[in-house]
Amino acid sequence: MFGSLTNLEGSLFDEFRRMEQRMDELFGRDTWLPGIRSVARGTFPPINVGATPEKVDVYLFSPGVDPKSLDVSIQQSLLTISGERKAPEQENAKSYRKERFYGEFRRVITLPDDIDPERVEARYTDGVLHIAVQRREESKPKQIEIK
Amino acid sequence: MTDTKEIVESPKSAVGQPRENEPVLQPPVDISEDVNGITLLADMPGVSRDRLNIQVDKDTLLIEGEAKIDMPEGMKPLYADIRSTRYRRSFALSSELQTDSIDATLKDGVLCLRILKRPESRPRKIEVRTV
Repeated sequence: MFGSLTNLEGSLFDEFRRMEQRMDELFGRDTWLPGIRSVARGTFPPINVGATPEKVDVYLFSPGVDPKSLDVSIQQSLLTISGERKAPEQENAKSYRKERFYGEFRRVITLPDDIDPERVEARYTDGVLHIAVQRREESKPKQIEIK
Repeated sequence: MTDTKEIVESPKSAVGQPRENEPVLQPPVDISEDVNGITLLADMPGVSRDRLNIQVDKDTLLIEGEAKIDMPEGMKPLYADIRSTRYRRSFALSSELQTDSIDATLKDGVLCLRILKRPESRPRKIEVRTV
């Protein structure tokens, strides 16, 4: 009986491992070395960073944050975002699940060196803070004409 | 200027584009109860009202949403904590809840559900009269 239980568990874990491997293949996690300022997986708020030749886009998934509490600053290629999510006031309520994060947060992201810190735009929509940082002209790939 | 595109690496999995077999995210929730009902808060960043689906089937509450993230074409992911744009989570409701009148609000990516208890399930205060 116990033997079959452990077997079941083993196969479940194998399944998870396979899924994780598949995710790594899909997203190439190994290609991202954790940065010296990176935070543990699952830290609030999660971020995504993507790049095109024109700009670097940073997405901060921070729902329920007062945009006024958000502070975005950039120094050379270091982007710092901090803010606070306040807990809702609930009087005479008993809690069952508390999975959401409350409190102050801060994330620091190292952007590529060719970004232009003067041309940054930030927008907060549906709980996502989108920061678009333009890259310098000279670093864009150029097509060289063959004569 | 379409030629420049060829120099750019092809987008393997742009930061959150829907793909086949895309994993589903479980939104984190807070659930609390007061005398009149239950309040559920769920984090669903990127989801707008028209991409949100809340369903009650018998005793099952289903919350579904799809995040719409504005991404430029040909974006190459550098880092991604969020690897899906679909949220889904369900809960079993109990019979003393009024499942036919659930109040839902969505603000800045936070869904708030208010489920009231049936009047007969709310605690009643019995007044003591003096004769």
